[in-house]
Amino acid sequence: MAEPAHRADEPVREVPFRGGGFAPRRLRHLAPPFFLLLLLLWEGASRAGLVSPLALPPPSSILTALSDLAASGDLRRHLEASLYRLVAGWILGTSAGLLLGLLIGISSLGRTLGIPLVAALFPIPKIAMLPLFILWFGIGEPSKLATIALGAFFPTVINAYAGIDNVPRSLVRMGQSFGLSHRAIVFEILLPGALPGILAGARISSSIALVLLVAAEMIGAQYGIGALVLQAGNLMRTDQLMAGVVVLSLLGLTISALIGLAERRLLAWR
Amino acid sequence: MQLLFEEVGHAFDGLRVLEGISLSVAAGETLAILGPSGCGKSTLLAIAGGLLRPARGRVRLAGTPPAGCLNPLTYVFQDFALLPWRTVAGNVALALEATLDRRARRERVAEVLRRTGLSDFAAAYPRQLSGGMKQRVGIARALAVRPAVLLMDEPLSALDAQTRELLLEEFLTLWREARTTTLYVTHNLDEALRIADRICVLSRRPGRIRGLLEVPLPVAERTAPENAARIGELRAELWRMIAEEVRAADRELASAREPVDG
Repeated sequence: MAEPAHRADEPVREVPFRGGGFAPRRLRHLAPPFFLLLLLLWEGASRAGLVSPLALPPPSSILTALSDLAASGDLRRHLEASLYRLVAGWILGTSAGLLLGLLIGISSLGRTLGIPLVAALFPIPKIAMLPLFILWFGIGEPSKLATIALGAFFPTVINAYAGIDNVPRSLVRMGQSFGLSHRAIVFEILLPGALPGILAGARISSSIALVLLVAAEMIGAQYGIGALVLQAGNLMRTDQLMAGVVVLSLLGLTISALIGLAERRLLAWR
Repeated sequence: MQLLFEEVGHAFDGLRVLEGISLSVAAGETLAILGPSGCGKSTLLAIAGGLLRPARGRVRLAGTPPAGCLNPLTYVFQDFALLPWRTVAGNVALALEATLDRRARRERVAEVLRRTGLSDFAAAYPRQLSGGMKQRVGIARALAVRPAVLLMDEPLSALDAQTRELLLEEFLTLWREARTTTLYVTHNLDEALRIADRICVLSRRPGRIRGLLEVPLPVAERTAPENAARIGELRAELWRMIAEEVRAADRELASAREPVDG
């Protein structure tokens, strides 16, 4: 401690601290009790008669309705129908979207013709096409699948070609300079490089697919979570309605978790 | 192999970047290309590697490639150009996948990783590596194809000064073993004086050959204290050739720079 010294006749003050803050921390253990508290308030408000149970049923009746639906096998029937439409429609739309997205990303002709087409059709609310699809394919499954596929198609196209555009051209030049074939440049450089974008697109397309699933099932379906919610509403069974909503929310969370898992496994290099 | 530039010229959208470059890089020689920013050094290298078609002139390759050569003209890039989703070994193996079977590939990858001191990092991903280690991977990948000519595009300029010094020493050791014909683009006078047999100085855009300087000292003796005065003279001579060009290039508008991606 020999170094610090100052002239006795000079004023001295400490350097004031000005940093800190603007760095929100996550207080992990606080979230679950907060969630529980909200549920209890809701339950309490309902029991105390502050909210009509018909307008907003308490969590306990929603849970009861859910377990009744599960016990009767109705839940399973509805869920199976929805899952089939969601998965099949999404896979259909995503595969077609990937194909066009890669074409736009790789070929000049694909880009010239593809981008204006996508830009023109993307803003159409896809559910508006359902009546036309019903005329084309009938009221059954194909018209619903087509709507969901169309919804999943566009975000996939856009994210796939944007993903390819984002691969640094220097990596392509590198591939060429090492004598890689065209095929190898596509499969070893462009596609892996576009994968983060493609998975980001999968997040968007799956949530759009879920919205369209419910909408399509409300327009014309006997089974499906969307149909369950609509029928429950018509019968003023708000407990069943909310049970359907809970199932949809769980479905959304599951899809998001699955994509998160895919990201962690496929993009571990990031 | 010998690399011959014959009256090579190039322009981007009417902007002339290179003019009348006639140059021969002898077999086993290390030739440094030195010039101010935007003088077309990297363009020249891209033309040499067949990544850019020159507007005028041609580049030819004479002689026979070394045994086991898979890619005669091979680059080392300034930004490393590693695939971030491949491990170190995977990046080095990339250029071998079309030609070597799995076993031969593994042997060759292991061999170059050992030579470049990367054996312990074979399973690491690029993001886990320092800049210096990334460029070692770039070198290993280039050596793995047993190139006839190495094209090095400012391989050290993305690194800090100390790492640069370290890698320079390692290059020189590897060179002495392989004696690969090398074209080394740089804007760093000292780097050129350390590594090159000859230094070709380019003028500002459009790049023309401003002069060729031989470095008449064996590479191993250039850092010896008794040669400091001689190296100092050569450096002064180089700077005399290039200072005016650098000053003029520095005063040009940045918007007129050559496109980075040819």
